[in-house]
Amino acid sequence: MNYSSNIQAAKLATLPPWRSRLLFVLLLFGMGALIVRAVYLQSIHNNFLQQKGNARSSRVIDISAHRGMISDRNGEPLAISTPVESIWISPQDVAATPQQVNQLARIMGMDIKEVKSRLFDTTRDFVYLQRQLPPEQAEKIVKLGVPGVSLRREYRRYYPGGGITAHLLGFTDVDDNGQEGLELALQNQLGGKAGSQRVIKDRKGHIVEDVASIRAPKPGSNLVLSIDSKIQYLAYREIKLAVEQHNAKAGSIVVLDAKSGEVLALANWPSYNPNNRAKSNLQVLRNHAVTDLFEPGSTLKPFTVAAALETGNVTPQTIINTENGVILVGGHKIHDTHPEEALTVAQVIQKSSNVGAAKIALSLPPETIWQSLNDSGFGTQAGSGFPGEAAGKLRDYKKWRPIEQATLSYGHGISVSLLQLARAYTIFANNGELKPVSWLKLDAPVSGKKVYSDATAREILNMLEMAVLPGGTAPLAQINGYRVAGKTGTAHKLEGGHYINRYISSFVGLAPASSPRLIVAVMINEPNNGQYYGGMVAAPVFSNVMGAALRLLNVPNDTRLGNVLMPPSVDIVKEEV
Amino acid sequence: MTRVHLLLLLMVIVCALSVVTSQNKARKLFAELQKEKDRAQQMEVEWGQLQLEQSTWAMPARVEKIAVDKLQMQLPKGRQIQFIRAEELNAALTQP
Repeated sequence: MNYSSNIQAAKLATLPPWRSRLLFVLLLFGMGALIVRAVYLQSIHNNFLQQKGNARSSRVIDISAHRGMISDRNGEPLAISTPVESIWISPQDVAATPQQVNQLARIMGMDIKEVKSRLFDTTRDFVYLQRQLPPEQAEKIVKLGVPGVSLRREYRRYYPGGGITAHLLGFTDVDDNGQEGLELALQNQLGGKAGSQRVIKDRKGHIVEDVASIRAPKPGSNLVLSIDSKIQYLAYREIKLAVEQHNAKAGSIVVLDAKSGEVLALANWPSYNPNNRAKSNLQVLRNHAVTDLFEPGSTLKPFTVAAALETGNVTPQTIINTENGVILVGGHKIHDTHPEEALTVAQVIQKSSNVGAAKIALSLPPETIWQSLNDSGFGTQAGSGFPGEAAGKLRDYKKWRPIEQATLSYGHGISVSLLQLARAYTIFANNGELKPVSWLKLDAPVSGKKVYSDATAREILNMLEMAVLPGGTAPLAQINGYRVAGKTGTAHKLEGGHYINRYISSFVGLAPASSPRLIVAVMINEPNNGQYYGGMVAAPVFSNVMGAALRLLNVPNDTRLGNVLMPPSVDIVKEEV
Repeated sequence: MTRVHLLLLLMVIVCALSVVTSQNKARKLFAELQKEKDRAQQMEVEWGQLQLEQSTWAMPARVEKIAVDKLQMQLPKGRQIQFIRAEELNAALTQP
């Protein structure tokens, strides 16, 4: 058949009408089918299709939020979170050549066998290969381009101060949550909350559209502590030196702002490096100054005497018969190393006489003494919010026997933490007002609780100043150019209910005495080099730290330079322990 | 009538095209924004690292060591310190 003949035929005869009708009906059907299909896809099957479409391009991504920075009162950083990369793998997708495995192991510094066992452990969907790598190292791993190996951004905490601020700040775990110290105490403010966001990604994984924010990320807030990093360093250096020099077991030091109760420094030795805790054991992590209790010894005497002065029964000049240094209370002997026939109340503090303190205490009702100590913050938590803060033990006065009341007057049979003790001395710096402890920098002065009258606080401060001058127990605590007030303490350690011949030496002091700016409390646990009196072991640490800190803070001198008067060392009054 | 229809059709086409171009523009701008955000984050990271570095260099122990060993500095002893009170200084300055 050829075309020309066909055309000719068409011209000759008209086509039968059914053919065009059939064609029309077929087309109509075709269109109907398309419409039905369209309706089906657009409305009935719509949800499913939309879902599939989204699954191919829409993604929910996490936006990590970093932990807030901790800085000292002058803005020096103490703890910073910087991003690091963690390498994770989904073993089912891993396809690595032996060469690549070798390279991976080399970059991460891991054992090849270990890497292999993790890479090809197909029973698991998600395995961390290495956590917290520096970004440069992570970049090298990405460049290897091994399928199934991915990065995940995390944050790691760095402490520029290292061991100096270790106990104070504590540390965070691998997920950047606070575990110890202030990191734990202030977790709520510091911790960031990761957010998430729905986005559309293209074929190459680039984000092309920001659809909606599901949860906005909340970075942790930056905190400004009350710590002064220069004083902190000083305190740490001196306590470390003293512990090493006296071959002691441990030592702690607390520096408070006398007027506001802010903690300016808090250090312990031995310490650890929070940036690398691999070698530190549990014992070294303890913040002795806050969580450990000890019997304060004579550093408690000012509170006994203050209670007596408050009742009005005695004045600083009242003479106490100290019975040549020995008295019997309930069959127990109390004695002084430096026996005296009689001392004034002020001299009881100056010479740290146990007999004198016991006699003053026994002249008072037990409730008065208990109230005085309780109001000064002993036996209750200082409320600083530090994790593991010790409350100390102050027994109920209703159960006291006379001997207990007598020994309590010079700091035995009661346990306190160093922070508590330092805080209690804010009373003598603030006209009888006990200030709350603060770890954060305060903008406005806080009011405390009035414990003693102005006159009592001033009289005690004068007595404490006498204790530091020649004739007292702590001439080594003197500072060139500043008047100092302070009290030594030496206590036998308790072990299994018995006092043993190991000691805790302490010193708490305020300066400048004319208007105290700082309180420094020092505690040395088991000095082992022959000397153990607080006036010999702890007082020099106080003097070094306090002197340097006052100069750092530009506190004007309140006495002439060259005021330091040292008695020959044999004449230093040793307190009874 | 047909003229109005044609005009409307034209407007619809123009609108449709502008939707497409603005969508495209928006995506481009968003990509740029994303890039800038990444840069901001990178800078923040760098800032943190620089802060760390700075505080490492400025560690009191290091400063002290350099001051003592290299610069041979020392704390002035008692007699080397002279205090000048502000009032005395002012009095001395006003008197010729």
